Amino acid sequence: MSRLQVVSGKGGTGKTTVAAALALALASRGRRTLLVEVEGRQGIAQVFETEPLPYEERRIAAAPGGGEVYALAIDPELALLDYLQMFYKLGGAGRALKKLGAIDFATTIAPGLRDVLLTGKACEAVRRKDKKGRYAYDHVVMDAPPTGRVTRFLNVNDEVAGLAKVGPIHHQAQAVMGVLKSPQTEVHLVTLLEEMPVQETVDGIAELRGAGLPVGRVAVNMVRPALLGDAALRTALQSPSHTAVAKALSTAGLGGARRGGKAERLVDPLLEQAGEYAERHTLERAQRSVLTGLGLPLHELPLLTEGMDLAGVYELSALLREQGVGATA
Amino acid sequence: MSLEPANPLAVDPLLDDPETRIVVCCGSGGVGKTTTAAALGLRAAERGRRVVVLTIDPARRLAQSMGIDSLDNVPRQVPGIEGKGELHAMMLDMKRTFDEIVEAHADPERARAILENPFYQSLSAGFAGTQEYMAMEKLGQLRATDAWDLIVVDTPPSRSALDFLDAPKRLGSFLDGKLIRLLMAPAKVGGRAGMKFLNAGMSMMTGVLGKLLGGQLLRDVQTFVAAMDSMFGGFRTRADATFQLLQAPGTAFLVVAAPERDALREAAYFVERLGAEKMPLAGLVLNRVHSSGAAQLSAEQALAAAENLDGGGIVDQPPGKAGLVGNSAPEAATDRATSSGPGSPADQDGVRADTAAGAEQEKDADEEVPVPVEELTAGLLRLHAERMRLLAREQRTRDRFTARHPEVPVAEVPALPGDVHDLAGLRAIGTYLAEAGTGPADET
Repeated sequence: MSRLQVVSGKGGTGKTTVAAALALALASRGRRTLLVEVEGRQGIAQVFETEPLPYEERRIAAAPGGGEVYALAIDPELALLDYLQMFYKLGGAGRALKKLGAIDFATTIAPGLRDVLLTGKACEAVRRKDKKGRYAYDHVVMDAPPTGRVTRFLNVNDEVAGLAKVGPIHHQAQAVMGVLKSPQTEVHLVTLLEEMPVQETVDGIAELRGAGLPVGRVAVNMVRPALLGDAALRTALQSPSHTAVAKALSTAGLGGARRGGKAERLVDPLLEQAGEYAERHTLERAQRSVLTGLGLPLHELPLLTEGMDLAGVYELSALLREQGVGATA
Repeated sequence: MSLEPANPLAVDPLLDDPETRIVVCCGSGGVGKTTTAAALGLRAAERGRRVVVLTIDPARRLAQSMGIDSLDNVPRQVPGIEGKGELHAMMLDMKRTFDEIVEAHADPERARAILENPFYQSLSAGFAGTQEYMAMEKLGQLRATDAWDLIVVDTPPSRSALDFLDAPKRLGSFLDGKLIRLLMAPAKVGGRAGMKFLNAGMSMMTGVLGKLLGGQLLRDVQTFVAAMDSMFGGFRTRADATFQLLQAPGTAFLVVAAPERDALREAAYFVERLGAEKMPLAGLVLNRVHSSGAAQLSAEQALAAAENLDGGGIVDQPPGKAGLVGNSAPEAATDRATSSGPGSPADQDGVRADTAAGAEQEKDADEEVPVPVEELTAGLLRLHAERMRLLAREQRTRDRFTARHPEVPVAEVPALPGDVHDLAGLRAIGTYLAEAGTGPADET
């Protein structure tokens, strides 16, 4: 797997959860990953049920087999000050700039600059090596902006090219694009088996490819279990004998099968639920075939009935490993 | 019904009230905000009002559901509305909106200079906040024409729902800020007594910015700022006016969410923020709520009953459940084996049995042999157990919100199997929204 793993997806698809599970999966067997957040939402802290993250790389979880996950919430303002410090040795001057609103200007107003700083920080972590020349992190996983904005976000080169034609920001953008458009990077999209997220995924992939960004995999999240097989489903839809189902319910200990009896009153609502299930099932199948048609590796992750919590993230990461994620370095 | 809200939101009175002029739908991404806005707009129109729906980034399908292939920056009338009202829909084009402001407030020569400035082009196409600011600007424009009884606004898909409220201020404070004044007239600021450090700061700052961004960009910014000079006051004034408009009694905020932890947490933040900003909150719209007509039967009872049915009868397949689970996609078998989540042991068994007997099962499906009634019934019961678990989880999530904000009225829209494709679909959602305020549906 590539060293920089970018995870995007439509809002509500659980991309932060999937990014966290991916970081854990890639950290297995003694490896070390960095999970990076760029939108200031503190989503990682919520997923790992910890205090809000500061702007520093800190160990956030242990992975099975002795691995470690570090997390970093990149703050564009601090990243800029960092950057100025690194290249210009501006300590107090940086604070003066902040007072004047220049930092605010540079990070929220100057188009593209903010994104260069955010992606730049992630790329720096990808390239960083320790004294022995080994990479500081085996993988960097980025919880990126949603599908609708991710191409623009990653394609910083085009964004700043028209503006900063020379200067360090220009060089920084070039360096960042060198990493982002190389095989060192993969952009994954998280979706649900619903029409709108699938459509966004299809559009998003076309956009990413159009910009020359490497598309990785598609993760289908919150897949509901198949509880009723095709044969049973067909039988349920072919108006089965109401009386027979009522009798079966009664046999199972759920009350009287007579008209108006406890068991009998369950028949209609249960068949109605089967009908809803069938409708959704058909839709999901259609969406799955759209996704299969993309020709990309597809991962399916289940909907956790009890809701998503930290244990659930570990569960998803185990599933990703079973599906081959992190099998090779 | 277990999820009936204690404090229902009365949607129709809100939409019918001639005093209601603006409805703002806000909430985190992926909760059905745009669909809610369209459904409310349609309902208001069919109840006789002249409505415009301002969407930010609608899915193509949603635009099509309103009978419009592509929405643009001009309100288009939606055909097929029943009754005397009218529905118009439009999609915010932020660059176009920004251009129009420039064209309206600068003489042609100056306008051209601004529109051709590279810094402006990049700014108008999307710095963080332009979309939010332009949505506010457009809302102000629509309201100013007084051509509409009701404006329904969908908010941009921001990284946080709060951006919608923050961005206009941010742009305003930038345009009003020290930096801009420095860029335009450094001498004025530097001349004040005791402000020498500002002078030093200024030259250093332009130096650093110049180094960082390249001198040409800084010159572009300065030219842009100089050209925009006359309009800055206008921006700030209009941003303030729109902000006040949002606080006025004619505005109603609806926070949209789904019964999921993250969406409701975001909704709670938003409710608190609206309160702090004195923005009139009408209520919470909770989309995709599940219910059951057989809620009297608990998940545990259903699973136990399904077990009973498995025990009797079928002898040719060891665990006796194989005919009920699975589908014909073989590659789905492995993921299904792990799909049951932290469920009961019974559930796990059922899934494993299915994986083992997957091939056999497929054969059955092809032959279209109806499954025995015991198998069918056991399947129906498992389906029900899953539904009841989902209901319980949604209830817990919602209770957490209600505990924090018991005063917020709630309207619920049931989970629908598919997306909305046409006006009939939007109409159905509107009906659900309105039903919340008319008391619990009569379930037997």
